[in-house]
Amino acid sequence: MDWVWTHLDLISSETLAHIGLSVPPIVIGFLVSIPLGYWASRSAVARSVLLTIGNVLYTIPALALVVLVPVVLGLSLLNPGNVVVALTLYAVAIMVRSAADAFASVSADVRQSATALGYSAAQRFFRVELPLAGPVLLAGIRVVSVSTISLVTIGALVGIPSLGSFFTDGFQRAFLLEAAVGFVLVLVLAAVFDVLLTVLGRVLLPWNRGLRPTAAARRVIAQQLPPIGAR
Amino acid sequence: MLLLQGIAWIFAPANWASVNSGLGIGGEILSHLFYTVLSVAIAAVVAVPIGLAIGHTGRGRGGAILIGNVVRAFPTLGLLAILLILLGFGLIPTLVVFVLLGIPPLLAGAYAGVESVDRQTVDAARAMGMTEWQILMKVELPLAAPLLLGGLRSSTLQIIATVALVSEFGSDSLGAFIISGAATQDYVEMIGGSILVTVLALLADALLAGAQRLTVPRGVPRGAGGRTTAGGRRILTAPSGAPISEGN
Repeated sequence: MDWVWTHLDLISSETLAHIGLSVPPIVIGFLVSIPLGYWASRSAVARSVLLTIGNVLYTIPALALVVLVPVVLGLSLLNPGNVVVALTLYAVAIMVRSAADAFASVSADVRQSATALGYSAAQRFFRVELPLAGPVLLAGIRVVSVSTISLVTIGALVGIPSLGSFFTDGFQRAFLLEAAVGFVLVLVLAAVFDVLLTVLGRVLLPWNRGLRPTAAARRVIAQQLPPIGAR
Repeated sequence: MLLLQGIAWIFAPANWASVNSGLGIGGEILSHLFYTVLSVAIAAVVAVPIGLAIGHTGRGRGGAILIGNVVRAFPTLGLLAILLILLGFGLIPTLVVFVLLGIPPLLAGAYAGVESVDRQTVDAARAMGMTEWQILMKVELPLAAPLLLGGLRSSTLQIIATVALVSEFGSDSLGAFIISGAATQDYVEMIGGSILVTVLALLADALLAGAQRLTVPRGVPRGAGGRTTAGGRRILTAPSGAPISEGN
């Protein structure tokens, strides 16, 4: 365990770098997916097109996407931002489906009641549909969060530092403790983010407290994405 | 334009013979396929019978979901590094990781497939005097086939993506070009390798999607797996990650 105490600086800087690479994809992915998911819930054509694009993106292995994204966008390779852009694409690919399911879970009767009460389209969206879609959106963003935190480690293979650097460095030196520290910290980060999102959900969605997850939320949670990390 | 240079790199004959005194493109493709096919086959042999049993009996579903969720939280790269340090470098430890990662989607596809079969159909088969084994083999398995193959598809893609990482740990795969290119700042090699990995994944996905479509038994409406039925009742969407009928 001496290694841990003598390398606390390195451990904390890699952890901070990891957080810095994880937060933007989760936040941007969520914000982008809301309008796209709403659109997909309103139009069958949009749903099919958006989900197909999402699937193709999700089929591309992460290691390749991290390289191809900057090339297609004309950015420099080996820029930490590439991981952020690639993971944002993955986040949107996962989250659009959840968001589409979330808005589809709002009953048509409720929407029509809101319209009948005189709500404009924007009022109806922000005051009725978005809050009611909240629990399913929360379930979706929790999946995205776990997946993103794990995927950030792939950047280590192309020289973008994160907790994943402990995996590559630990292997090269056949040093189990270092790799294990990285592994545990990734799991801890994922758990902390999950708790934060759950707390945020309780604050923002007080009516959801103590209720059993709805069928739509359970579907989103159970949609078992492949074990993350590689993709 | 770097993308075009990457494509040109793939078509340069010299790169098929050897790159950086390692295997060439052809060799890395073969190695990548070797790991993938072997791991998917082992994972299927382990996971499919268990998944069918869970789906048929309805027992152990919670356990299967738990395993899936736990494995999903693991960073693949870390799992590879730790197991290779612990078990030593070699074919077997490497395969263990791939198989481990390939099992959850196959398991989920198998039990979700069997569960998605209409209970009345199963009861009708039972009333006709079919044994439990006949019900499983002649009724549930054919109707579960599309979702089962969805699980296979998702498992295969997961393994293809993970095999690409193993070049960091000295095994041969298409990831080798990306990782050695990053180390030597050879962008063209990195891009060529990335294109190859992407094409391999997309081809495998398209192939398995086609197989999935072919396995829908005659008489079952197209796209029945995981869509909303005419009555608006939503059939269980396969919980496996990758696309079943329209995607994960």
